[in-house]
Amino acid sequence: MGKQTIVPFGPQHPVLPEPIHLDLVLEDEKVIQAIPSIGFIHRGLERLAEKKEFTDMVYVGERICGICSFIHSHAFCHAVEGVMKIEVPERAQYLRVVWGEMSRIHSHLLWLGLMADSFGFENLFMHSWRVRERLLDLVEATTGGRVIFGSCKIGGVRRDINEEAMGGVSKELVEIEKMSSEITSIFEKDSSVKKRTVGVGVITKEDAYLLGAVGPVLRASGNVSDMRMLGYGAYGQLQFQPVVETAGDCYARTQVRCREVHQSFGLIRQAIERIPAGPIDVKVTGTPTGEFSARLEQPRGEVFHYVKGNGTKFLERYRVRTPTFANVPPLVHMLAGCQLADVPVIVLTIDPCISCTER
Amino acid sequence: MTVRFEEQPIQDIEKKDLVAQVAQLRKDGYRLGQICATTLTENFEITYCFDKDYKMVSLRLMVPRADAVVPSITGEYFAAFTYENELQDLFGMKVTDLKLDFGGKFYQLAKKTPFNETKAEAVANAAAATQAIQTKPANAGEVK
Repeated sequence: MGKQTIVPFGPQHPVLPEPIHLDLVLEDEKVIQAIPSIGFIHRGLERLAEKKEFTDMVYVGERICGICSFIHSHAFCHAVEGVMKIEVPERAQYLRVVWGEMSRIHSHLLWLGLMADSFGFENLFMHSWRVRERLLDLVEATTGGRVIFGSCKIGGVRRDINEEAMGGVSKELVEIEKMSSEITSIFEKDSSVKKRTVGVGVITKEDAYLLGAVGPVLRASGNVSDMRMLGYGAYGQLQFQPVVETAGDCYARTQVRCREVHQSFGLIRQAIERIPAGPIDVKVTGTPTGEFSARLEQPRGEVFHYVKGNGTKFLERYRVRTPTFANVPPLVHMLAGCQLADVPVIVLTIDPCISCTER
Repeated sequence: MTVRFEEQPIQDIEKKDLVAQVAQLRKDGYRLGQICATTLTENFEITYCFDKDYKMVSLRLMVPRADAVVPSITGEYFAAFTYENELQDLFGMKVTDLKLDFGGKFYQLAKKTPFNETKAEAVANAAAATQAIQTKPANAGEVK
C-alpha cells in the first residue's frame, strides 16, 4: 500500500464553474475515497417563501439556476397547481413543453462544451457554445430573455408564440439541429473523446439505482427513468421514450445527453404540430391548502419542488431537491478507484449545477 | 386534456418503525427520492419519499423539537447521508448511526442550523436582535 495523501479538489478549480469541494484521498495517483462538502454559496431561497406571497415565489423559483431556470419555474407552478387543483389550458401546457425542451437543448450544449473543455478539446468546446448561442437567440425571440425566461406563471404562461413566429421557430430549429448533429457526431465517434471517457467512472445499474442517481447518470447505467413519462405539461400527448445506455461510464453519460439533444428537437416539433388554439392562462383565486411534490425532469434529472400551503398567501414550506444534490452519492462512488487525472472528467459527467444545489 | 397530478400517498409512522419500514421498501425495489423536513411549532415533520416505476410513496415521521433525535436510514440507503447531514446542519437534529457523518460540516454555512425556527420565531428573533443593537450604549465597541 502506498502512502496516502489528501488533495483538495475545489471549491475553486479550473474545471468547475461553481464551487463544490472534494477531499480526494490518494494512494500515488489513485483515488481511494472522495469526501464532498457543499454550502459555500447557500442562499436559503426556500425560506423566502415565508416572506413572499406564493404567486411571487415563481420569480424566486426561476432564479434558483441560470441554466434550467424555466423548468424550475414550471416545477414550482406545477406544485402549486397540484395543491390548488388548477387545470392549466392546453395551449399553455404545450408552450411549457416548447420552452422546457429549448432549456434542455441549451443546457446539454453548454455541458457538451464544458465536457470538451475538461479533456482539453478547446475547438469542440467553442463550437458547442457557438451553436448554443443560436438557440439562446431563439429563446430571446420567443420570451424576451436569454437566461431568465419569465414566461411561466401559476395557471399558465405569460406570453404566447403566434403562428408566424412558430413557423420561424420551426425553420430555425432545423438549422440548429443540423449544427448540433455535427457536434454530437464528434462526441460519438472521435477517438480522442473515447480515449478519455470509455470505461472511466463506471457505475453499475444496481448501484446507480440504490445510490439515488437521477437523469442521464441513472439512464446511462441502464435504468429506464424519465419523469416526463409522468405526463405533466403536454408530455402525456407526445410520443417519446427515455434515452437509455447501458455501459454506465463517462462515454455512456455523454451519449445519453447527445441523443437527448435530438430527442428534444423532436419533442418541440411534435408540440408545434399539435399545439391547439386557445387561452394561455386561467385566473387563480384563493390560497393553497395542502401539499404536493412536483417531480419534473430537468436536463440534469429529476427535480422535486415540494410545496405545503396553510391557507394563507405565504407557504408553510417550500423545498427543492435538485438533481445535482441527488447525484452527489453516485459521484462519490464513481470517484473511488479512479485515476487523479480522470477526476475532472468524472465530476463533469454528473453535470454538476451547484447554483441549483445551493438553492 | 386533463392535467395529470400523480397520487402521492403518505403513511404516518412511529420513530421505532422507521428503519424496518425503509428496509421493506428497499426489499420491494424502491429508490430513495428525497428526505424533506419542515419545522413546526412543536415538532419537526420529516417526510421520506420513495419511487418505483414512477409511483411515489412517502413515510412521515413527527419528531419533537425538544428531543430531535432520529435513526439513520443509511444502513439501507447509503445515499441518505446527504439528506441526513442536511437534517443535522440546517435543522439541528441529531441523526444516530449515520454511516457518513460530517459532524455539522457538510454545509459550510455562516449561520448554524438556520432552518431550526418557524416563521414566527424568526420574526421574534430578528426583532430581539434589532432591539439589542438599538439599546447598545453609543460608545459600545469604541477603540480607545
